[in-house]
Amino acid sequence: MTIRVVSGGLQTTVQDLGRIGHQRDAIPVGGAMDRVALRTANLLVGNSEGDAALEASLIGPTLAFEQAAIVAITGADLEASVDGRPLPVWHAAHVPAGGTLRFGKPGIGCRAYVAMAGGIDVPKVFGSRSTYVRANFGGYEGRPLRSGDVLPTGEASDRSARIAAEIRPADNAFAVSRWSIARSLRPRYGEEPTVDVIPGAHTELLTAEARGRLTGTAFRVSSSSDRMGYRFEGASLALRERLELKSEGVAFGTIQLPPSGSPIILMADCQTTGGYPRIGEVASVDLPLIAQLKPGDRLRFRFTSLAEAQQRSLELERDLVQARVGLDLHHVS
Amino acid sequence: MELAPLGDRAVMITLGHAIDEATHRLVRAISARLDASPPAGVVDQVPAFLSIAVHYDPAAVPGDSHIAPYERMADALRHALADVRPDESVAARLVDIPVCYGGDLGPDLEDLARQHELSADDVIRIHTGAEYLVYMVGFMPGFAYMGGLPEQLVTPRRSSPRTAVPARSVGIGGEQTGVYPMESPGGWNLIGRTPAEIFDPRRDPATLLAAGDRVRFHSISLAEYRASRPNS
Repeated sequence: MTIRVVSGGLQTTVQDLGRIGHQRDAIPVGGAMDRVALRTANLLVGNSEGDAALEASLIGPTLAFEQAAIVAITGADLEASVDGRPLPVWHAAHVPAGGTLRFGKPGIGCRAYVAMAGGIDVPKVFGSRSTYVRANFGGYEGRPLRSGDVLPTGEASDRSARIAAEIRPADNAFAVSRWSIARSLRPRYGEEPTVDVIPGAHTELLTAEARGRLTGTAFRVSSSSDRMGYRFEGASLALRERLELKSEGVAFGTIQLPPSGSPIILMADCQTTGGYPRIGEVASVDLPLIAQLKPGDRLRFRFTSLAEAQQRSLELERDLVQARVGLDLHHVS
Repeated sequence: MELAPLGDRAVMITLGHAIDEATHRLVRAISARLDASPPAGVVDQVPAFLSIAVHYDPAAVPGDSHIAPYERMADALRHALADVRPDESVAARLVDIPVCYGGDLGPDLEDLARQHELSADDVIRIHTGAEYLVYMVGFMPGFAYMGGLPEQLVTPRRSSPRTAVPARSVGIGGEQTGVYPMESPGGWNLIGRTPAEIFDPRRDPATLLAAGDRVRFHSISLAEYRASRPNS
């Protein structure tokens, strides 16, 4: 099945869970900024959690379906609709042949994920279908979608077929699933969220004043934030001593402190190594909250322990397994 | 060997405090051991000058669920790496890179030569006379940080970085030399350009250089450079 791109939107790219095993060649992991949204979108259409889907930012694409399809939208509510009828986030839907998916205005959050049964079937590069725009590889020709592109989808699974049979109405019209992703599994997006931060290698070197500011102020998201990193304006942070560091590994969620004193949070497309002090590491379960921030939104930090962060991470994994089992039971019955 | 968490999905293994060949050999040996027998749950590793970052999936680390995944992973790593010796690492490859020095392809050659009171030919002779070691690959896909630059050529980065350094430019930045795999902003002094692709995602392996490689440069003429890249 193929989907025709009528309009690419602001920045719509193909993303999965990223490239594993190539960081030693400085090939970034990449993949979806909001991993929970990508995984649940795939769950809703019966795909494997790591299948490729579309990541739309702020202004979504317009997509024309030449054949009927099972589609799910998760993440930020960008007011998706099919031929004028709303397609609510965290739900699956049957889009009829000839249907057109459009998006409206963003409210809270900026990234929506569009999964289709079978996944987006572009060639894998270094084991992943994720688009890495900076080096022009992966995804759809290594770039964001634009008008005239034709997206191929893969073969739908048996699970997808059962879901399709359940949602598709007798008259083959547009229809939305009666079930959705449980509220407990949806990240609590906001315009001023608080995220958990695990102490980093150089947290102890922050001045007392800087440490107070880090947890006591709201940091405003700069317009120069992107898939590589989120930058912040306002509070300036200082270390007690000047550090000369050698480049070494960093991760999605590392909070770097460059000499300017404004922290940078490394995101999905971050470099594999960095040489700035690391003043904290965002708990991986809270990364979706950052991925959804728009320039001008604010962010607050709160310290947590590594053990607590890992406990939350394991709970999320258990919830995702339960969601899958729940969907399976629903469709078997 | 010091282990510390790098967030909730990685462990930083620090193996030394100064960039030298002894630390590098230990990094190579640990990296090779992790490739040969990775503890369950390990998904990737990033060897660097003084350390290796080991990325793992907390949900995939086996063991007692009452103990945090980090503790279990750190124990598994200590156990797996306890007896690694620096001389275990695999034999180094020698990679030879052709470079067309100076002119439009190496716009900073003359200036760099003047700074060191050398001729452009001296710089080329010294740069091609040394053997370099790839300590690590970082910054951008395929960018190799090479040590071993002769002291006579050590040159600080340019005071104002270029917004676009052409792909395959050969540069000197401080005590290091390297080749830009693709166009990017950069502050190194550009002394030449190679016709060799440093990074090509369609090639296997995609990167020309890997950590541990030994590298030599040799000088080619502009005619030879052009003959190697008929389409560019």
